[in-house]
Amino acid sequence: MITIFGIPGPLLFGQLLLGLINGAFYAMLSLGLAVIFGMLNIINFAHGALFMMGAFVSWMLLNYLDIGYFPALILAPLIVGIFGIILEKTIISRLYKLDHLYGLLLTFGLALVIEGLFRNAYGSSGMPYRIPSVLQGAANLGFMYMPIYRGWVVLAALVVCLATWAIIEKTSLGAKLRAATENAPMVQAFGVDVPRLITLTYGGGVALAAFAGVLAAPIYSVNPNMGSNFINTVFAVVVIGGMGSIMGSIVTGFALGVLEGLTKVFYPQASATVVFLVMVIVLLLRPRGLFGRAA
Amino acid sequence: MTLTRRSALTTVAAAATLPLIRPARAQKPVIKIGVLNDQSGPYTNTGGRTSVICAQQALEDFGVAAKGLTVEVISADHQNKPDLAVSIARQWFDRDGVDMLLDVPTSSVALALQSVVREKNKVYLNSGAASSALTGAQCSPNFVHWTYDTYMLAKSTGGAMVKAGGDSWYFVTADYAFGKQLQSDTSAFVTAAGGKVVGSAQYPFPGTTDFSSFLVQAQSSGAKVIGLANAGGDTVNSIKQAHEFGLNSSMKIAALLMFITDVHALGLDVAGGLNLTESFYWDLNDRTRAFTKRVLPKTPNNYPNMDHAGCYSATLHYLKTVADMGAAEAKKDGVATVNRMKAMPVDDDCFGKTKIREDGRNLVPSFLFEVKKPSESKHPWDYYKLVVETPGNEAFRPLADGHCPFVKA
Repeated sequence: MITIFGIPGPLLFGQLLLGLINGAFYAMLSLGLAVIFGMLNIINFAHGALFMMGAFVSWMLLNYLDIGYFPALILAPLIVGIFGIILEKTIISRLYKLDHLYGLLLTFGLALVIEGLFRNAYGSSGMPYRIPSVLQGAANLGFMYMPIYRGWVVLAALVVCLATWAIIEKTSLGAKLRAATENAPMVQAFGVDVPRLITLTYGGGVALAAFAGVLAAPIYSVNPNMGSNFINTVFAVVVIGGMGSIMGSIVTGFALGVLEGLTKVFYPQASATVVFLVMVIVLLLRPRGLFGRAA
Repeated sequence: MTLTRRSALTTVAAAATLPLIRPARAQKPVIKIGVLNDQSGPYTNTGGRTSVICAQQALEDFGVAAKGLTVEVISADHQNKPDLAVSIARQWFDRDGVDMLLDVPTSSVALALQSVVREKNKVYLNSGAASSALTGAQCSPNFVHWTYDTYMLAKSTGGAMVKAGGDSWYFVTADYAFGKQLQSDTSAFVTAAGGKVVGSAQYPFPGTTDFSSFLVQAQSSGAKVIGLANAGGDTVNSIKQAHEFGLNSSMKIAALLMFITDVHALGLDVAGGLNLTESFYWDLNDRTRAFTKRVLPKTPNNYPNMDHAGCYSATLHYLKTVADMGAAEAKKDGVATVNRMKAMPVDDDCFGKTKIREDGRNLVPSFLFEVKKPSESKHPWDYYKLVVETPGNEAFRPLADGHCPFVKA
């Protein structure tokens, strides 16, 4: 058997693959954050709570309305996205003219409120959510036992990430969005409804978080804290990738997932820290992030 | 006004130091019980509000007013942070006149409070924390460990696994006081029975949600048993993901600490067939059912587990002791109160008749349960089948092996 640094080869390949799967979650979440930051200049600390809502809404759909996983994959992001739009319209939009810090504090507060409400209603232990029957089981890849559901997560995440990137970079809607970020009054003068564009962007970013939440529900315990466990790492990913950079957050998300996976083999105790170590190094050497544009 | 981080912090800090308005104190000595546990994090359901409700239930069942006692129960969230817990406890003792500290899950927090309680000579009844060091090297004459510990879990669940042929182990361990103690206590039983530990992965706590990497390492280690030395949401996530990776068909899963609330979170289709150890189950006998019937209306969605039952039992026994020695005496001297508690027989609906040992270990019986399959469960929260009961004097570490310093003296 081949060994690499004393670790059997098959085990290492397995870990690379697992890292990629975790990276899929980082990529989806950091993508939503990057989109929102890029367009709205809001550091959306409520992102983790909205991710959690995505998982909870899919649980509710199943338990109260008997609506299964696949419809939930579309319905939950839609419902949470609408919730996000209401948040943006009623509360967040009041802060656009102020410093970043206000947006950060507000969304952080919103996250605490949302998590608190769910904790009050459902406790902290979490809710069971089963893997849909067509995605149950596992495939033997030779070097590891690969659950089909995890494969599905990577695939779904990749498709959604690339679609989002394509919409923003390649369509006329995306072009208007990017233009509005650069110079809102000018774009408005051309007859584009900029405030509506911004609201839709926030809703879209939130829907991405909720989509990740639905994907996460069968893997992680559906509980009110599931978002806050992720959000710190995801912020580090965004910073490393470069604030507001779409492709940067996708690539960095997957790459850091892999890095974390490898750390779990060589020195598991450091697996929660390694991402932040990279963040420090990147900030020292390249403050605007790996893919960030010069300010 | 422009808001800077510094000014925001100062405002918050200033607000936190504002004194709370308190009612004028009555003439008669008031006994104050402070429930300090996790009320917002991963251990909210295993302790949390239900622990407070169980303590209040003890006040009601004892009939404090009829016995001429004035007792108050207060509570706070320690967020699983030792530094925060220590500062709350100091404030409670110095300013609020708290006499007894109750519950305190999370071993790192529980250990940090030992010296504070000893310094202030108060009473510390711990139900929620697991580390057996609390009655071993870190023991204190002000302390009683009420409900369970890592040694008892290791002996019951770990011992049963080895007996059933699980003689090689791989541990997935939460990297802090509790997880390490649980791993080392269980390893001792595994090796003593002729088994071996082939490896372990210690993951950062809190903050780890994905266990797949450790599960795959466990799988490729060739061990027969995967020992989960963790608790709460971590255990739930590990078991859920172990099923996903098919570990349940190639290895035995040993959930070394699991509460009925965790079983509820997993669902019986995943948890069914697991072995676990608790010292209390609501549906164990007539007395436990009677207790559950009294307390359940106040905490309808969270059935009491052993931690909650321990809070009830500890409070009830403390109140009996206070009534026996007089409130003024009990307030004065924590060590004397604990010594009196040790001298008096313990008896309540949750654990029956038990005894508190010299080193502060309450010798409750331990029960090895098997989680029911979905088809076997007849009514809500009908989750456990009793496999074997170990009497209290055999369930815990022998007194001499704990090396508790004040017992030797």
